[in-house]
Amino acid sequence: MMDDIVFQAKNLQIHAMRDDGSELPIVKGVDFKVHRGEVVALIGESGSGKTTISLSALGYCKPGLKFAGGQAELLGQDLTNMTTDALRPLRGQRVAYLAQSAAATFNPALKINEQVTEAPVIHGTKTQNDANLRALELYRALELPNADTIGDRYPHQVSGGQLQRLMAAMALCGDPDLLVLDEPTTALDVTTQIEVLKAFKKVIRDEGAAAIYVTHDLALVAQIADYIVVLYNGEIKEKGPTDVIINNPQHPYTKRLIAASRLEPQTQHSAQEQPAEIEPPALTTTQIDAGYGPTKDGRPLVQILHDVDLSVQRGQTVGVIGESGSGKSTLARVVAGLLPPASGSVVLADETLPPALAQRNRDQLRRIQFVYQMADTALNPRQRIRDILGRPLEFYTGVSGREKKDKIDELLEMVDLPKSFAGRYPHELSGGQKQRVNLARALAASPDVILCDEVTSALDSIVGANVIALLKDLRERTGIASVFISHDLSTVASYAEHLVVLYAGRVVESGLTHQVLSNPQHPYTRLLIASVPEMRIGWLEDAAKARITPTGTSDNKFSTASGCPFMPRCPMVIDNVCSRVTPPRRQANPGSNHGFACHHDVNALAVETVSPESHQI
Amino acid sequence: MTHHSRPSTQEHYVAPFDDVTSFEELKDAPPPAKFKLTFMGKIGAVVVTFWVLIALLGPFIAPLGENELPFPDAYSEFQAPQPGAWLGTDVDDRDVLSRLMFGASRTLGIAFAATIIAYFFGVILGIGAIVAGPKVDLVVSRINDAFMSLPTIMLGLVVVAAVGSSIPILILTAGFIYTTVVFRLARGIGMDIIVMDYVEAAKVRGDGIWWIVTREIWPNAAMPLISDFGLRLIIVILFISSLGFLGLGVQPPQADWGSMVRENLGALQYGESYLPVIAPAVAIATLTVGINLVVDDISSHAGRKLSGRM
Repeated sequence: MMDDIVFQAKNLQIHAMRDDGSELPIVKGVDFKVHRGEVVALIGESGSGKTTISLSALGYCKPGLKFAGGQAELLGQDLTNMTTDALRPLRGQRVAYLAQSAAATFNPALKINEQVTEAPVIHGTKTQNDANLRALELYRALELPNADTIGDRYPHQVSGGQLQRLMAAMALCGDPDLLVLDEPTTALDVTTQIEVLKAFKKVIRDEGAAAIYVTHDLALVAQIADYIVVLYNGEIKEKGPTDVIINNPQHPYTKRLIAASRLEPQTQHSAQEQPAEIEPPALTTTQIDAGYGPTKDGRPLVQILHDVDLSVQRGQTVGVIGESGSGKSTLARVVAGLLPPASGSVVLADETLPPALAQRNRDQLRRIQFVYQMADTALNPRQRIRDILGRPLEFYTGVSGREKKDKIDELLEMVDLPKSFAGRYPHELSGGQKQRVNLARALAASPDVILCDEVTSALDSIVGANVIALLKDLRERTGIASVFISHDLSTVASYAEHLVVLYAGRVVESGLTHQVLSNPQHPYTRLLIASVPEMRIGWLEDAAKARITPTGTSDNKFSTASGCPFMPRCPMVIDNVCSRVTPPRRQANPGSNHGFACHHDVNALAVETVSPESHQI
Repeated sequence: MTHHSRPSTQEHYVAPFDDVTSFEELKDAPPPAKFKLTFMGKIGAVVVTFWVLIALLGPFIAPLGENELPFPDAYSEFQAPQPGAWLGTDVDDRDVLSRLMFGASRTLGIAFAATIIAYFFGVILGIGAIVAGPKVDLVVSRINDAFMSLPTIMLGLVVVAAVGSSIPILILTAGFIYTTVVFRLARGIGMDIIVMDYVEAAKVRGDGIWWIVTREIWPNAAMPLISDFGLRLIIVILFISSLGFLGLGVQPPQADWGSMVRENLGALQYGESYLPVIAPAVAIATLTVGINLVVDDISSHAGRKLSGRM
């Protein structure tokens, strides 16, 4: 096995060419090997060069980059100085690439089978017939539903998770020696990701293919890789077998990376069972119904939110969790006034807010601030940081001149940025720094409540962990209440004392974080918790065994006026009840505010046990 | 399925490190490059500067007046270049060089004024339409489409034929015709910007329309619009010249490049040189290509900025 090297990077160097003709090293002499049947993970944050290195296995450099030294050898052949013509027969045949977004990879105008079988047929290695048989075999291996007919569909007719698996079939159809996977599950919901990951792992094992797996997620890597290469700034910081890297990391960078991926869930902390009765909640929403399109009989054409209640105390955080399409961002938009609800109310401390933005007065606007997910689009690229922060200051508090400048300095200090940043433009800052500015802009209004919409989702784990630490610190110092929206349960759980689990626009479970995590009631909450990858070798197999729904996909969720939205995926459906009657709200423990919405009561749900591992994050 | 079937046979390597290593967050994107002209762009800039100078100074430094005859005592139609008439003489015995210089200021002046008008109304209407909401946008856009569907030269011909040709009419006609195009462009650019979170952030803050348009949208729309300005200027120059060539533009005895080509067409048949036709044609061509070269550089820069912003 030692000699069976499929790919080897030998002192690989890749430089970026700058406008002034000088060169900037991006990859600074990287060595690693991939043996046949081995999955090697390249892990690092964005800017570490991991994608650039992985593309060298295809002999490809992104525009503006060039191979500056060393070799990238595929089956002993150096790719770095090959012409495109010489590379063409290798690509798609000897080495195949799986991109992050299957939706962008598939041509929407062609049937799936045509695209899956295209590479081997074009390269002349298989006849169309053989390729079709091979594709069918792969569809089955990847556990795709309706394997016999799925190839006749168009890409938009299958779900995102299925398309991701079909992309794997496309890559494997030509029996490549090497598979390059670039964050292949990052765009998927956790509950879908686990299915896709399982299928990938199985097919890679069965086919004995070698693979380079690029990701920033250590917990995923622990499930699928045999060998891990840790990259930082274009250099290898540490490389070793998976169990060594995960359980016994040596380099301080690896240690930090692992620490950032192991977020501790909020425990009791400041959250008492019945927090401060004296004070009314900083923010309450009651029975929010909201959606899009023209309203008819008081209901919007497309109703997203059904009957959503939420409340958060001063100095505390409620985490809203759900997969894409669950309505969590819509909820934030309703609270912010961007989307007036069809019914229900938003109450700020003691004052009921007008539903629409335009009707709210300046002070009401000031008291709720929105923090956007993407700092890149949330900060005007043509304004300096001092203007971005200065506007809410002068708009809400009317300060100007010297006083404004001092306040800006103070804000920058609050979010741990140097004062000198005031004169910079957003593009002169890194992703994490931009997110801090984004946060500072919200704080400039001295709000009572901040709405954080996926604020760490676009950030690397270490940077994200730092932003969470900053949020915790700010919460303690300013007593601000926050609504923290995310699809990432471990991030939410590490920051929020209360959890609200949304599914198809309904609250399926809510309560104190530690209660919900330690004693989840709703089948969806259980599925969600069980789907969060743990940084533990063998978790994937355990989770697959313990799974309460055999093949859950998040795509067939439906949202009706009555009935339980989780019904199509639920393992314990009651015929003729779940489909028609909206589940009642029940309490998990008498007297607690841990509640859930299900036709089964606590005792019935307790029968359907979940393996102990899945209780942890 | 086994847990971890094949322990890797590869070695464990740890890079050397100091005890106090700090890991700064990596920049995710290099800062956008400063705007710089390429070699071709520089050539274009030189050509454009040359013509702009001629347009500004031409009437003052021209060797003769617009309708002055270099050889008043002789029958001197379509003469070859010679001392006193460095580019030869035209159909009415006038100095081609002097007329070219007068024509430069007229052609460029009309085109510039018309483009400014087109931009002024196009941008206000375009950005106004999206800010004012979908209903207004729909109405204004359909009216705009109706005007856009008219062929430009035909529209120009009809207007000039109906109202008569004068420089103000030319400017207004060209300005109106190209307002429709600029409207489209400004609306498209504005649509991309108005959905940005920073615009929504300003709305949620409570900022008014005026702030949102002038501070949030305009600074981001300006760069792509400026790069189109040059392109639009070329098209207007060609439009004015075409009208001039058809005899409906600037009227004789005033000179403009398009009409110079037309009135001197006879030189191709029986002139001593082709220069009376070639010179204004080359002037139109070089100016057009020159502006294009500069615009290419600006738009590739703006494009990079745009993609960086998305």
